[in-house]
Amino acid sequence: MSVLPVAPPAASAEDPGPLGTLATAARRVATMCLVELQRLRHDRSELVTRAVQPALWLLVFGQVFTRIHAIPTGDTPYLDFLAPGILAQSALFIAIFYGIQIIWERDAGVLSKLLVTPTPRMALVTAKAFAAGVRAVAQAVVVLLLALVLGVALSPNPLHWLGVVVALLLGSAFFCCLSITIAGLVLSRDRLMGIGQAITMPLFFASNALYPVELMPGWLQVINHVNPLSYEVEALRGLLIGTPARLWLDFAVLLLAAAAMITIASSLLPRLVRG
Amino acid sequence: MTAIGAGPPADVPAVRCTGLRQAFGDTVAVDGIDLEVRPGEVFGLLGPNGAGKTTTIRMITTLLPAPPGAIEVFGIDVARRRSAVRRLLGYVPQQLSADGTLSGRENVALFARLFDVPRRDRDAQVDAVLTAVDLLDVADRQVKTYSGGMVRRLELAQALVSAPRVLVLDEPTVGLDPVARDGVWDRITDIRLATGMTVLVTTHAMQEADAQCDRIALMHRGRVQALGTPADLRGALGPDATLDDVFRHHTGDTLADRSGGLRDVRAARRTAGRLG
Repeated sequence: MSVLPVAPPAASAEDPGPLGTLATAARRVATMCLVELQRLRHDRSELVTRAVQPALWLLVFGQVFTRIHAIPTGDTPYLDFLAPGILAQSALFIAIFYGIQIIWERDAGVLSKLLVTPTPRMALVTAKAFAAGVRAVAQAVVVLLLALVLGVALSPNPLHWLGVVVALLLGSAFFCCLSITIAGLVLSRDRLMGIGQAITMPLFFASNALYPVELMPGWLQVINHVNPLSYEVEALRGLLIGTPARLWLDFAVLLLAAAAMITIASSLLPRLVRG
Repeated sequence: MTAIGAGPPADVPAVRCTGLRQAFGDTVAVDGIDLEVRPGEVFGLLGPNGAGKTTTIRMITTLLPAPPGAIEVFGIDVARRRSAVRRLLGYVPQQLSADGTLSGRENVALFARLFDVPRRDRDAQVDAVLTAVDLLDVADRQVKTYSGGMVRRLELAQALVSAPRVLVLDEPTVGLDPVARDGVWDRITDIRLATGMTVLVTTHAMQEADAQCDRIALMHRGRVQALGTPADLRGALGPDATLDDVFRHHTGDTLADRSGGLRDVRAARRTAGRLG
């Protein structure tokens, strides 16, 4: 028993300043990302099962539409055009159900336990958001390997790949926090499941993931312009297969959208705990 | 076990609640509680479901807002310095909250990181608490292979890895068989003797409270109905009275109507189900 850590005196429990809070937030993000990787290491089968749907999109939808030339994508083969869209879709599907996880964590007492640690609410939500991103990036490796096998011409530039990781992290952070926000409003897993399913496909179809923006009807183009998934796809497509992209705009939108949604989700966390 | 009044009262209480109140809409969950938990004692909050125990615990642990001055932990105002108070607390919720996907060691290391245990001390500290709860041998196994009692002990280790000054346990033995229950309490007693830490516990189990708590506050309808050592409380009712009798005496005939909401029952069943 003598080896047990001894409690510090109460006087040592000082509040950190703003810089200390920022450093705490960075450490919490790193911790939650590490835990997400540990979970993945223990259960690798999830990487495979989650790869089935994107694989079907690439293998069936991508190859068929490439052959029939139904969707004009200029000089870019349709499968190449589609691969970044499916990558973003795969990340979206992972992140959008993190709200269900947080409701499970509330019911299982995990959320309470996390909130009794010296972790600011916003740091906890940010950490969850980037943990979703880590899982999305791990999934992206599988999808991109499949794309390579199917002959998609991906950029060999490591900086482009770094950009892909950042885009996936930011996109996943946004959709994870959107999901946590909805969880904070509806407070039940069943309702969140329904809403998650109801919004995921519209988000996907109202983006440039499957077809170029120019082919969309006017009303859909308007939705596309306010859909963060479109900016994520545009960035991924520009980085991976070299199509024209407004990378500064794409990353700015993703960063702002993620920051805004982290703020909103954090403000709803107390309601989630009380609910 | 230290009896009430056996030692001199410390200057600063481990926990002090002054006129604590919490209402949810028209329902008053906690109705003006005054409490002092002394450093180093095991203090039990007893009462039927809906008595206000969990609400009180949630306010002390910063999970629910408290007005300034209403709660102090070692002299620190919970309302003003939440983060500082959290550094003094180790919390084990009623539900089974360990991550079944991770190993025991990873579960404890997570909380070492969340409490900013320095990297150079982290491994040793994780090993020390795993040893203290008798789980070092199985520390690298996934938690989903643990028994209910092992999970509870692991959660103790998670709460202890930051060397808290107050260990807060919300129904720590609910759903456990008697052997596992004793195992959990044996570890709590050993750790308390080794560290001098204060333990604040809620429970329904009268025998457990009688055997383990230095002092008890019996709550009913959001108020403290009786406060003292188990012996004092029993003695006040009669020479042969048990703590069960004390409980019935103070909670009256309304016990059946106050057996908690659907969510309480669901949570208890879920915990019992996961414990197997």
